[in-house]
Amino acid sequence: MLEKLAEIEQVGLATLAEIADEAALNQWKVTHLGRSSAIMDLFKNMGEVSKEERGAVGREANQVKQALEAALTQKMAALREVALRRSLSQERLDVTLPGRAIPRGRLHPVTQTLREIYRVFADMGFQVYRSREVETDEFNFQLLNFPPHHPAREMQDSFYIQSQEERGDNPILLRTHTSPGQIRAMREYSAENPENPPPVRIILPGMCYRYEQVSARYESQFTQVEGLAVGRNITFSNLKGTLSDFARRMFGQNVRARFRASHFPFTEPSAEMDIECFLCGGEGCAVCKSTGWLEILGCGMVHPTVLKNGGYDPERYTGFAFGMGPERITMLRRKIEDIRYFWANDLRFLEQF
Amino acid sequence: MKVLLSWIEEYVDIDMSIEDLAHRLTLAGLEVEEIRYVGLPLPEGKIEGRSGGHARRETKISGFAWAPEQIVVGAVLEVTPHPDADKLVLCKLDDGEQIHTVLTGAPNLFEYKGKGPLDTPLKVSYAREGATIINAYEPGYQPTILKRKKIRGVESYSMACSERELGISDEHEGIILLDEDAPVGAPLADYLGDAVFDIAITPNTARDANVIGVAREIAALTGARLRYPDLKIPMEGPPLEGRIKIKITDPHLNPRFVFGLIENVKIQPSPYKVQLRLKLAGMRPINSLVDATNYAMLELGEPLHAFDYDVLVGRVDNPSHLPTIITRAAKQDEKLTTLDGIERTLDDFTVLVCDQSGPLALAGVMGGLESEITDKTTHVLLEGAAWNIINTRRTVIAQNLPSEAAYRFSRGVHPAMAPQGVLRGLQLMREWAGGAIAKGLVDEYPLPPKDPTIEISSADVRRWLGIELSPDEIVRILEPLEFECKIVIGDKEQGTNSQSPITSHQPRITIATPPHRLDIGEGVIGKADLMEEIARVYGYDRIPETRMADDLPPQRGNHELEIEEALRDQLVGLGLQEVITHRLTSPEREERILPPGTPLADAPYFTLTNPITPERSVLRRSLLASMLETVERNARIRGRIALFEINPIYLASEGSEMPQEAPRLAIALTGPRAPADWGGADVTPMDFFDLKGIIEATLRGLHLKDIRYEAGEHPSFHPGKCACVLVDNHPIGVMGELHPQVKENYELPETPLLAADFDVSVIINTVPELFDVSPIPGPPPILEDIALIVDEAVPAAEVEALIRQTGGLTVTEVRLFDIYRGEQIGAGKKSLAYSLTYQHPEHTLTDKDAAGLRDKIVKRLERELGAQLRG
Repeated sequence: MLEKLAEIEQVGLATLAEIADEAALNQWKVTHLGRSSAIMDLFKNMGEVSKEERGAVGREANQVKQALEAALTQKMAALREVALRRSLSQERLDVTLPGRAIPRGRLHPVTQTLREIYRVFADMGFQVYRSREVETDEFNFQLLNFPPHHPAREMQDSFYIQSQEERGDNPILLRTHTSPGQIRAMREYSAENPENPPPVRIILPGMCYRYEQVSARYESQFTQVEGLAVGRNITFSNLKGTLSDFARRMFGQNVRARFRASHFPFTEPSAEMDIECFLCGGEGCAVCKSTGWLEILGCGMVHPTVLKNGGYDPERYTGFAFGMGPERITMLRRKIEDIRYFWANDLRFLEQF
Repeated sequence: MKVLLSWIEEYVDIDMSIEDLAHRLTLAGLEVEEIRYVGLPLPEGKIEGRSGGHARRETKISGFAWAPEQIVVGAVLEVTPHPDADKLVLCKLDDGEQIHTVLTGAPNLFEYKGKGPLDTPLKVSYAREGATIINAYEPGYQPTILKRKKIRGVESYSMACSERELGISDEHEGIILLDEDAPVGAPLADYLGDAVFDIAITPNTARDANVIGVAREIAALTGARLRYPDLKIPMEGPPLEGRIKIKITDPHLNPRFVFGLIENVKIQPSPYKVQLRLKLAGMRPINSLVDATNYAMLELGEPLHAFDYDVLVGRVDNPSHLPTIITRAAKQDEKLTTLDGIERTLDDFTVLVCDQSGPLALAGVMGGLESEITDKTTHVLLEGAAWNIINTRRTVIAQNLPSEAAYRFSRGVHPAMAPQGVLRGLQLMREWAGGAIAKGLVDEYPLPPKDPTIEISSADVRRWLGIELSPDEIVRILEPLEFECKIVIGDKEQGTNSQSPITSHQPRITIATPPHRLDIGEGVIGKADLMEEIARVYGYDRIPETRMADDLPPQRGNHELEIEEALRDQLVGLGLQEVITHRLTSPEREERILPPGTPLADAPYFTLTNPITPERSVLRRSLLASMLETVERNARIRGRIALFEINPIYLASEGSEMPQEAPRLAIALTGPRAPADWGGADVTPMDFFDLKGIIEATLRGLHLKDIRYEAGEHPSFHPGKCACVLVDNHPIGVMGELHPQVKENYELPETPLLAADFDVSVIINTVPELFDVSPIPGPPPILEDIALIVDEAVPAAEVEALIRQTGGLTVTEVRLFDIYRGEQIGAGKKSLAYSLTYQHPEHTLTDKDAAGLRDKIVKRLERELGAQLRG
């Protein structure tokens, strides 16, 4: 009996060793561990074994069965391992194939730049104030200290709107800058408490229009972002600090800004802010026209007349204001040479942002 | 405005490089746009201690340098004929070192040909052998090196140069004949070299549009002293008083009028140096009299006008009457022929200088032809005046007549400059044209300007600029600009209204505006004006950068913008590209969104009075029109287009001349659902429901409630494929497939074009501030699919609404997953297959519960819609 058992084990293990696929393995399991396998037969016929031998044979038979089962488990694992290896080695993608095209949405580049500007100024407490695009001469010019026929108007040729009534010196026009919003905002806020109007810290984005022949450099419509800070304790030194902070956030922490005296009717003193060219590091290049500097914005302390027209007493309040062009900023940063790209909305342009 | 370095240096000493000077002026508000070097060496690329800063050049430069060793003053001693050429002469020329024979074809030497040795040698600009000059025969400014060669048998190696050859001007008709005092052998660059600053004059720096003005700025910026021209001039002639009368009819138009007279002048060309200065400053030399008026104007900023005195005397009918100058506004359509020979029809805002017989000149703009000085003039009456800025400006624009005089008068010239200008002009005429100056000036000055006096203190400087300056420092800054400053320490009463921290013990400075500037206001405006002067002379770059310490204003936010931006984010997230289009269009362009023959709504457009082009003559009324044009433009380059824009349209608003600027949202989709790729993307053309999916997702993303879609009607859309979208029963927009006839109006691809047009202000007003989130239900759901056969005409929304109504809270999801039409269910019918989710928030439902509810739902649908459950 014991010899038979040894043979069962030997045959079983030997045939198992030769098996190379799962089907054969299942077959082997039926043959060698199934109901009518030799080992199971042996268990079934245990009654025929003599009483003396039964104990030893039973133990031995169990050991054989366990050995076969263990070998089966091991074999199965080995076969799976082989199968896995094979499938891993066979299932190879061309990873250089392009991914499936997902249509992606994008914001217009000007919206993107505007949002960056909003974010930087929001961090400094400036909120967005928007006002109308169709304005009167009074709001667009006169209240901002551009009297009729003032020479500074020459730089801001306007589109005028036909009106029913004769309006004299106060025609309706398309705003040439977002500055009329300064007056509207100050009047709105000062009306809340005319004796002690609250401080103002706003930026004024929006579309503006100038009578310009459209070319690579000029558009007849353009966006502008102005800023206005008014309070009892606002200085030119604050203006420099605030705008230099803005320049560093927008153009890089190492960017140097400089302020040049300039003239705008609605600020006094007035300045232009240049930043050191971030493309050439100030060494001189085509974008900065070899000057090393880029003109970024105009600014100044709010003219007393403008404060007064807004309901803020210039003896008690001071303020600063500034204005910049998001298209120009985008053009400088992205080396865009034609301003007409912005409103032409060619997808080949827009899809690059 | 162009000013010359050499001219400025007559009035102030400069001890820095030309480029550094330009830098200082630029930072102080006199922006130097270009420096043109005339003969002087151009700087090598080194600036502000930067080593090897090769390309950087803060100011644009141009020009041509004359090598000092090679281009010198020469003296032509004799001019002899060329042995073999009529058009050439030979010059015996002394260059300070030796005598040369120089060949030239200059016509202005021919008159000296064969006259023997000249009594007065002719001083010329002489280029030695090997010198670099400009090639006069090549276009542009090409340098060339003088080489030895034989011309018609005569050896030539050097040259007497024309202005063209030295890069001064395009003049090549003859060589330069220098003034007699030119030192022979001296480098020409030392004698004649110059630099021309082209300065941008802003409206508030009009006072600096002249040599003295720039010199004064330099004096203030560098601490150098300003010298004034000495205007004590000999007046040897008989008194002017009693020989001319001035009558000013409106002092606001003409605050001052001054006359001086010089008699027995001899008109001749001005000295070469004068002519050169005028040329480099952008004016044309004419003769010594006209040049004197222009020179004085460029120097002091006071435009002068010269009359032929004899002409004025001749115009007086009655010899016993004095010539009388009258200044007045023109009558509408009055005529005057100006000295350019053009007869001009005038407006009533134009100011005229007249005499008893009629108009003589457009005041401050241009003289008249008749009284102009000519070659025969011997007595010159010289006018210096002050004119109203606005009237001058309007005249310049109306007559399209920009002149140097008008440039200055339309920016403001202080009346105090009038006599100074006249004296300087007379002085120069006497120097260049001889004659005797009549004693005294005739001066009418009815309206002197205010010349405000302002009081400021260190506290004002602190309040405005954020820097500490002592009264002495303030005075030191302002005095070089000729403000008259006085420090006052006393107990003047404080204004009751003022809360500025001035106490009576603090010293104050009273500052009087100098009589050459009109840009300083009164009171607090004057203070601000002075702050600018202090800041720019002190140096903007020296003012520290600080952060605001003021109170932070109330944080109001901007609700409308926030919603608009959220809307943008939703649409971008759904794969749409944002565009921003032109807001000016034309009615014809907007008509394209309607089928042919459909008239535009009878609402007014806001129309420009001065459009640049008819295509952009009105403010748009339809964002959809802008959108379709954008789609059309891109259809040539892209098959799949998915765009949106959120921006205003301009609609008439009742009771106002101003439009209502109404924000709209437009969407357009066309082309395949997904971009075609190698992996079998779904390239079915997008249809109504692709657009609807985007709109549903967007509105859900904003948490809008009670959204309904109804079959809609709109002329731009296909009548059967158009929906009106309502939120809380307010229509917010329309969407659908473009009407085929509208699509024909554009060049668009074959695929359907889906578009939407929404009123964003309604969306802004309906977006809820808060929205609730339901708990995730614990008990498991039961899912069941049912298919219902209904008539084709029954809207799916009604079926769904009934299911939800009947199911109540227990039916948590109703999803339409299939629509079937076919023989099996009969014509005119459709089968709608829904997947229902039954779920109770608290307890577990049994299959029986679900079946009961399902039966209830089906019964109701049978009863109300004639639906049949499909087996």
